[in-house]
Amino acid sequence: MSADHDHDIKSHIRTYLIIGAALFVGTVLTVAVSYVDFGSHAINVAVGLLIATVKASLVALFFMHLISEKTAIYLLIGSAFFFFVGLMGLTIWADKNPPNRTQNLQLEQKVAVTEGHSHSEDGDHSNDH
Amino acid sequence: MEIPYTVKPRPDTGVYNAKIGIWLFLASEIMLFGALFSSYIILRITAPEGTWLEGVLNVPIGFGNTLVLIASSVTVVMAWASLKLNNYKAFQRYMIFTVLCALTFLLVKSFEYNEKFHHYEVWTTDETDNRFTGHFDKEWLSEQKAAYKARVAEMDAQYQAALSEWSSSDKSTDAPREPDYPKITFFTLTTAEIRDLSSFLGFDSVIFEKEHKHAYKYAGMPEVDDHAHHDEAGHEGDESHAEGGHGHHETLTIPVGNIKRASAFIPSHSTFFAIYFTLTGLHALHVFLGACVLAYFVFCNRRMWKEDPDRLANRVEVGGLFWHFVDLVWIFLFPVLYLL
Repeated sequence: MSADHDHDIKSHIRTYLIIGAALFVGTVLTVAVSYVDFGSHAINVAVGLLIATVKASLVALFFMHLISEKTAIYLLIGSAFFFFVGLMGLTIWADKNPPNRTQNLQLEQKVAVTEGHSHSEDGDHSNDH
Repeated sequence: MEIPYTVKPRPDTGVYNAKIGIWLFLASEIMLFGALFSSYIILRITAPEGTWLEGVLNVPIGFGNTLVLIASSVTVVMAWASLKLNNYKAFQRYMIFTVLCALTFLLVKSFEYNEKFHHYEVWTTDETDNRFTGHFDKEWLSEQKAAYKARVAEMDAQYQAALSEWSSSDKSTDAPREPDYPKITFFTLTTAEIRDLSSFLGFDSVIFEKEHKHAYKYAGMPEVDDHAHHDEAGHEGDESHAEGGHGHHETLTIPVGNIKRASAFIPSHSTFFAIYFTLTGLHALHVFLGACVLAYFVFCNRRMWKEDPDRLANRVEVGGLFWHFVDLVWIFLFPVLYLL
């Protein structure tokens, strides 16, 4: 182990402590902003998730060393990230057309009505013959 | 056989194999938790108005547990750095502290869970939308439990006596019937169990400690305000306010017939608690298994430190990566479940 290497690790340690302190502050901030009314629930959710994302990024970049990793690791995370975004994207897409009980019920009724209608038409035909 | 590339980086990937391994695993973990998070989102946004519970989790406890996990994340990376600096003693200290943090987290979580298992919400029929939370009176409940056990034991003894009498007879008559009593564990009571118990033991009403200073609400509905209507439970008298420091509890006598539904804060209570227990339960499982692995590194890998210190350092780095991931999941879980 060279002195250079030791110096590297020591500067890392300083970073870890700073990031740790930042995460503590971030946690306090998360709780604090949850008591602030930003006008709409959606904005509150967005602010809360934004702080969480910043905290998570700090953990990933510094504690998990993603700030300087090898390409192979980046490829792995990149693919995981791609699929994760896909998953969440599909979820948000589903939000545009959520499983809605009333809607489904109305659809079922509609189908029942049309089916009933066509049946009566059949009946008319049989009468004609 | 020697495992290749435990220390030396593999030429084509540029890292040691275990690191590729853990990141592949974490990639699958991202999808596992991602699927559950997206389930949460779907459940939440499609919840009909007035069915999604808000504000029932204890924020200070969740906040404290978040700090505990973050502290453990700092110490686990410090443990790795200590190994890199050839300081085994410091590594031990940091790692043991990390494991203790994990145990603290789990201990607090188990208290939190236990509190939910015994925290009931009661819907009564006498007024529309009349619901409140609290606990069954402890004394009353243990009395019922004792009475139930005594009755069951008595019925069992009678049955055994009848059975032995019958088996020593000429068996010309029918065998005695097995005693028929409701099977109740008292772990967390359901509405049906309360009704069964009331007809089995012959009590007409339950004694309930109603909470006062508890702000919770169903999304899209006004806050359930316990102060606004005092007598709303409307049960025949017997209302006494607890004294002194326990002033935020009110003892109610609720006729069993008036209980529309009574449920502890367990998965069957509401969709919120179903996804809450799923998400936090899976996360707690990760904390537990991660703590086991980290404890193994610090207590069982001393020989490796002497024989192959770089390999131990890599192990600790990989274990640490998992640990940071567990922390990272909690960083999202805390605001989503406790605050939003």
